[in-house]
This record gives sequence, structure tokens and C-alpha cells, in this order.
Amino acid sequence: MSSKISEAEVRHVGHLSRLNPTDEEVQLFSEQLSEILAYVEQLNEVDTTDVQPTAHALSIRNVFREDVPTPGLTPDRALANAPRREGHFFAVPKVLDQDSGA
Amino acid sequence: MSLDSLIEIRDAIRSGKTSSREWVDRALSRIQELEPKLHALVSYDGDRAMERAELVDEQIAGGQAVGELAGVPILIKDNLCTSWGRTTCSSKILENFEAPYDACVVQKLEAAGAIIVGKTNLDEFAMGSSTENSAWGPTRNPWDLERAPGGSSGGSAAAVAAGIVAGSLGSDTGGSIRQPASFCGVTGLKPTYGRVSRYGLVAYGSSLDQIGPFARNIYDLALLLKVIAGHDPRDSTCVNEPVPDYVAGLDRPLGKMRIGYAEEYFGEGLDGEVRRIVEKALDEYRAAGATVMPIHLPHMKYAIAAYYVIVTAEASSNLARYDGVHYGYRTADPRDYIDMYCTSRQEGFGAEVRRRIMLGTYVLSSGYYDAYYLKAAKVRTLIKNDFEKAFEQVDAIACPTSPTPPIRIGERINDPLAMYLLDVYTVSANLAGIPGLSMPCGFTATGLPVGLQLMGPHFGEEQLLQIAHAYQSRTDWHTRWPAIADGRSGS
Repeated sequence: MSSKISEAEVRHVGHLSRLNPTDEEVQLFSEQLSEILAYVEQLNEVDTTDVQPTAHALSIRNVFREDVPTPGLTPDRALANAPRREGHFFAVPKVLDQDSGA
Repeated sequence: MSLDSLIEIRDAIRSGKTSSREWVDRALSRIQELEPKLHALVSYDGDRAMERAELVDEQIAGGQAVGELAGVPILIKDNLCTSWGRTTCSSKILENFEAPYDACVVQKLEAAGAIIVGKTNLDEFAMGSSTENSAWGPTRNPWDLERAPGGSSGGSAAAVAAGIVAGSLGSDTGGSIRQPASFCGVTGLKPTYGRVSRYGLVAYGSSLDQIGPFARNIYDLALLLKVIAGHDPRDSTCVNEPVPDYVAGLDRPLGKMRIGYAEEYFGEGLDGEVRRIVEKALDEYRAAGATVMPIHLPHMKYAIAAYYVIVTAEASSNLARYDGVHYGYRTADPRDYIDMYCTSRQEGFGAEVRRRIMLGTYVLSSGYYDAYYLKAAKVRTLIKNDFEKAFEQVDAIACPTSPTPPIRIGERINDPLAMYLLDVYTVSANLAGIPGLSMPCGFTATGLPVGLQLMGPHFGEEQLLQIAHAYQSRTDWHTRWPAIADGRSGS
């Protein structure tokens, strides 16, 4: 069976997903995801000409509320689970740096 | 006094025949006794539960009005945020997460006086059909400890089946309440999409997720639904429909029931014993005077394919927030911020979660979006239309909940697709947004529970519960207990 999703594609998707799969995983996922995608191919048997996609099962639309501010989380509550915190900030590795690739 | 009826426990507490403290104490004893074998719970807070039980007992003794669930111990799935204890979603990435707010359903349960004793085990982030994907280890099926309780709400189902509590909450995205209800021989309901607020439910597939109750019978289920249902402005997908008194509705005369069964649910892949047991359940409806007729759901065979494209796509988006920045697990020594994201997620998420995130990212990615996601979303419309047409002819659709009796732990864990196929009869209700429930309808020759699924039209829970109740009033499958529950009434 030809791989529907190659190891190179798995690595690419892994990067888009912000994951770090090992080489073994890349191989395993390539096989498993290919099997799943092969199963999913049967959707192509269905004639969906002129069929609207469903993103939402019910027909509610445009749920609005009054534009009135209400209390949110206090800074302490919002920061309570922070892996690293400095004052009222979440501390993270440097984002802007000429050497770091994106 | 038994754990057969949550309503009886509630009434006995309210009338002073027994106390909430006594029932919380029983739940805690059952937890101590069973948990080493069962592993249904992730965490619990006995002190907090006892304090709240004492409060209820005082209010009752003082003649104050108390809520509809006052004093009754309940367990909830660990993907429901509580402002106390932890909310882990059975994932390492949220191992130490303390939610800053209570989910809407938690607020409603507590406003009704219920005592939430603890949080139950699930497949990580609700992704799974056996509770084997929990980072904390699997929950076991109370009917056979070598077997799975189903998933992803395996802990909530097992806790009710084993007599730890008489009611619990789970969540259902592709069958995660109904299938464990079937595997554990209890009754479980996935309400209409939008019937119950998802505020505080950790999102997996936002257009599919619903919170719902487990109980031992339809009366108790109806009471739990009545308490948790209703509009919530904090969930914009929640519908502003009045909540009927689902319990009072059960005693109203039903009239002629029209039950449909689709050949698509009785085809290849259905275990022979399950088929025979479910067909007997249909006979029971005929004997009760219902019209039981064949219907067609022509796009049902594509439901799993459509579901696994849509749900993984939504999951890949919903789980992007777990990045090690604001909360949750962060890897120890990231090289830079990209490494922080990638390694935190790689180390924090289990394999099944990573698999689904990748699949979802793939089907949404440039070049593949139309072929996969958009196509699946169109097939979803056709599935939804199939149900709408069917409900012009019948009041409810009946089918097996699961194609097989409870599987053995380890049986499918290395074959993701085989595991996904366990959901073959349940995913379509989530795709269409319609309500569905599972209730026990028999046992296999080796004593394993089999569930009957009933589905109804949008916001048709009242009638759906009545139709289910009609079955339970003529049968006693739902009253059976596994051997492990033998100590449940002792004290």
C-alpha cells in the first residue's frame, strides 16, 4: 500500500502542529495516519454537489450581548497556573531575536 | 436503602430519614474499597464534600428550602472545570492545572445542593473509546476488571455501575457517554447540542461536544438533565429554549410510539450476540404496542469518516492553546520559544492526542482543506438530513449502542482505526446534533452488558426519555448490579 501521508509530510504536519515527534513516531504515525486517511477516502463516493457544509448543527446565528464590561479574572488568578511568572507577566523564552528561526 | 435510585436518596435526605453526611461517607468508603481495583477517579475531596453535606443537613434540619439534588453525592468527569482541586483531562499537560472558575454545570449542580465528591477518569482530552488513553492509567469495567469500561467517560460510567454514586456527569463528542453506559450496564444521555452549556467543559470538538448525565434509571437521568440544562450567556452555542420538567413528563401517557430501526445499523461488523439482544429489545417495544418499522439512513456508512475528519480538525484548533505559555506543562529547558511549544506539547500530550492533532492539522492544511474537511462538512449535512427525514416517520430511532460487547483492555490499543470503529453507531448523533441515550437491554452469555441506543429529534428529550422509560418499566436489565458492587449498601 502506498503511503497516503509520507514521513516528510508527517514531519511537516508535526511542525505545523508544534509537536516534536521522534523518528520512530514519524514512521509509526505515517503508517497509522495513512491507514486512517485511506479509510476516510470513501467520503469521495458521496455526491455533494450543491450541498452546503454544516459547521454548526443548529440554526442559531449572531449571538450578541450588550457591550458592557464585566469583571474578568484578576491578574493573580490569571497568572496562578503560569509555569514562570514575573510580576504581572508570563515569563517566556525570548521571542524577538535575530538568531531564532520561526 | 439502596443506591438504585438517586431520587430515593434525595427524598430520604430531604425528609430526614437519612443524612447527606451518611451518603457522602458511603461514597468515600466505596472509593477507598474499590478504587485500587477500579480506578474510576482521578481525584476527590472528602473534606470539602463533608463540609457541604453538613451544610445541607443543617439547612434541612432548620426547615430551609433546599435544591432538587440537595445532599446527593455526585461525581463529574475530569474535563469539567472546578475552581477547587485540579482539572487534568487525564493529561500530563494539565496535571497540576487549577481551573480559575467553575463550569456552568458545576455551578448548577451545586446550586441544586448536589455534593460533588470528585473527578472521574477519562481518555486524555476525551479522545478515546476505552479510557485506556488516560495518562493516569485505565479505568476497569465493574462487570469484568480485565475489560474496558468504554470511553471516553469510562470513570463516570464505572462509578455509577459499581455503586460509588447514583449519578455522575460525562461528556459526549462521538459517543463518550453512550458507549461507556453500554459497556458498564448503566443509562447515559447525550442531550441535543446546545441543550447544556459547555462553559467550563474543556473543548475537544466544539461543534460536537455535549455534557450529559449517567444514572441507573430514566427518572434519575431526567432529574440530572433538568438540573444541568438551560441557557447560559457565557456559551454562545447554548440555546435559549425553556427547560421542561423532564421528571414530571415521564408519568404522562405516551400514546402510540413509532420506533424506527435502520438496516444500516444492523449490518456487517455487528456482533451476533449484540444483534440478538437488541432485536429482543425491539420485540419488547412491539409487545408494548409500539410500531417498530424499518427506516433508511443512507449516509450512515460515511459517519465515522466524516466524524474523524471534523473532530480531529476541531481538536487541532482547540488544543493549540496548550503551548506551555500561560498554564499547563512547560518543558524544563527550552532552546527558544518554538522549542518551548513543540517540546512541551510533545512531552505533555499522549500518543493518541498527538495523532489526532496531526490528523486534524493535515485535513485543514493548505491543499487538503477542500478534499477532506470541506467534503466531510458537506457529508455531515447529508447525515443530518437523513435524520430529519426519518423523524418525519418515527419518534425515535433504535439501534445497538456498540457493535461489540465490552472489549478487553489492550485489545485495540495498537490499532487506532479499529478503536475508532467502536463509535460506528454513536458519532452520527453528534454530527447531526440530535439527542441520544443508551440503556441496558441485556447481557451476553458471559455476563457482559449490552446497551440499546435511542435517538430523537432536536430538543425532543422529553419524548425520548418517555420512550426509554416505557422500556425500563417493562424490563429490569437496568436494575442489575455487578458482583463488585455487593458491598454497596453495607455500613
